[in-house]
Amino acid sequence: MSLDRTDVEKIAHLARIALSEDDIPATTAKLSGILELIDKMQAVDTSAVAPLAHPLETTQRLRADEVTESNQREAYQAIAPATEAGLYLVPKVIE
Amino acid sequence: MHEKTLAELSQALQNKTLSSVELTQHYLKRIEQLDGSLNSYITVTAESALEQAAAADARIAAGNAGPLTGIPLAHKDLFCTQGQRTSCGSKMLDNFISPYESTVTQRFLDAGAVSLGKTNLDEFAMGSSTESSFYGPTRNPWDTDRVPGGSSGGSAAAVAGRLCVAATGTDTGGSIRQPAGFTALTGLKPTYGRVSRWGMVAYASSLDQGGPMARTAEDCALMLQVMAGFDAKDSTSVEQPVPDYSASLSDSLKGLRIGLPKEYFAAGLDAATSDAISAAVKQFQALGAEVREISLPNAELAIPAYYVIAPAEASSNLSRFDGVRFGYRCDHPADLTDLYKRSRAEGFGAEVKRRIMVGTYALSAGYYDAYYLKAQKIRRLIKNDFMAAYEQVDVILCPTSPTPAFKIGEKIDDPVSLYLTDIYTITANLAGVPGIALPAGFANGLPLGMQLLGPYFSEARLLNIAHQYQQVTDWHQRAPAGY
Repeated sequence: MSLDRTDVEKIAHLARIALSEDDIPATTAKLSGILELIDKMQAVDTSAVAPLAHPLETTQRLRADEVTESNQREAYQAIAPATEAGLYLVPKVIE
Repeated sequence: MHEKTLAELSQALQNKTLSSVELTQHYLKRIEQLDGSLNSYITVTAESALEQAAAADARIAAGNAGPLTGIPLAHKDLFCTQGQRTSCGSKMLDNFISPYESTVTQRFLDAGAVSLGKTNLDEFAMGSSTESSFYGPTRNPWDTDRVPGGSSGGSAAAVAGRLCVAATGTDTGGSIRQPAGFTALTGLKPTYGRVSRWGMVAYASSLDQGGPMARTAEDCALMLQVMAGFDAKDSTSVEQPVPDYSASLSDSLKGLRIGLPKEYFAAGLDAATSDAISAAVKQFQALGAEVREISLPNAELAIPAYYVIAPAEASSNLSRFDGVRFGYRCDHPADLTDLYKRSRAEGFGAEVKRRIMVGTYALSAGYYDAYYLKAQKIRRLIKNDFMAAYEQVDVILCPTSPTPAFKIGEKIDDPVSLYLTDIYTITANLAGVPGIALPAGFANGLPLGMQLLGPYFSEARLLNIAHQYQQVTDWHQRAPAGY
């Protein structure tokens, strides 16, 4: 599978990664090369095979619905790029 | 001191012929003198290491020490260590001081081990050469023009360069075993779920597994004893009793059935590596093992399936790096979308961005069945191959990589050629089975690696087999010149 510029721009947008104009040709070529490698999967018929998500096929453990974590807001916000009054600051979203 | 193994140093500490403070000072001095040539450490934590060493000496004096008490280790810089930078080799986390401690490193703290610092890695563990780190490439102590392998290349170079006694690594597609093979170390990837992933920064959660890297199988047994065990904080941790990994090291290999997968000895395998494994086969036969050919018929589908599953999971895991709560944030964002896009574009390196984009594409509307679901189905075929093989044999013997360590810069511009270097290691991650890599010889001064893969939870047996091999060979005792 070979990608074109529009595909790559769309993927980059979905991934929320800014791509400069200069980066697009090389990115397109490298992603196409990787997809070509991946497409070797299509050589085998897997219509009768069930997907495997966890090697040991265990299911998620459940626990009682009890509070087990204490509030760590100050510790977590100490490493944030910008906070104010216990809130994370981002550019204005609504005018 | 640094020529001794973990097991020998542990004895010396217990006998009080050596103190942990002396040992720690010795390694810190070596790091200062020699790591300029390797770049194996991202962060050296000299001050806390000496505090831990003093505490370990007090614990030994009080008579309540364990085998790891006072032993200077290093941790791959994707294990969160509280109050210290945990960078994952990324600009994104260059300023990240972890507010919590990973389960693995906490277990080492509880065991009284000393941490000398955090080792270099491919950015977010995505790579096979430790060249994609924001902190520059790590060099192989056996030939500093060559890569140490990756992604746990910093840990590999630090142990092989005698800049720590042993180290932690993680293995998502071979990231413990391939660097162990490139640097003449013994490295174990445990069964998926054996070692807690809590506090290990996630790359591909259904494949990631932490494990030990050391000079011998005996040392790996001591390391794994501390690392392994159930952890309620890891939702995929497995509740299975942990055996005494050292107790069975001396067991006989008589009657052991070893399988050689014919697909792994086909075109593309370096002749010297192939010869080294043939020689190892003879050694195992002399130790009483029976060797036969087996088949893993879907092995060639492993790399394509891996490069869907790992990037898909990575694209989801790495969506948390958004410039809002922690990590890198771009300057002067125009709006929220610009904040996300530029923080990620500037914070991540090229390979990480590529894998996020491949994963994003594979998971995007209309492509899920063709990519992610298809890859999960192939994952079952690969698991079935292993289960069928283990009906006939106890363990599988094969190379860790198609060639010895390659030159720095040789493959970095061609992602697909770099991906193909993991052809022999990726299957074990997809199937979730354990594997141990160990040195099998040298060619032109470069180490040649082999690995033994076993059924689920066969770590004790793998360590036993590797240990028995190391009783009759001396590849693991060789040290790189100048280190």
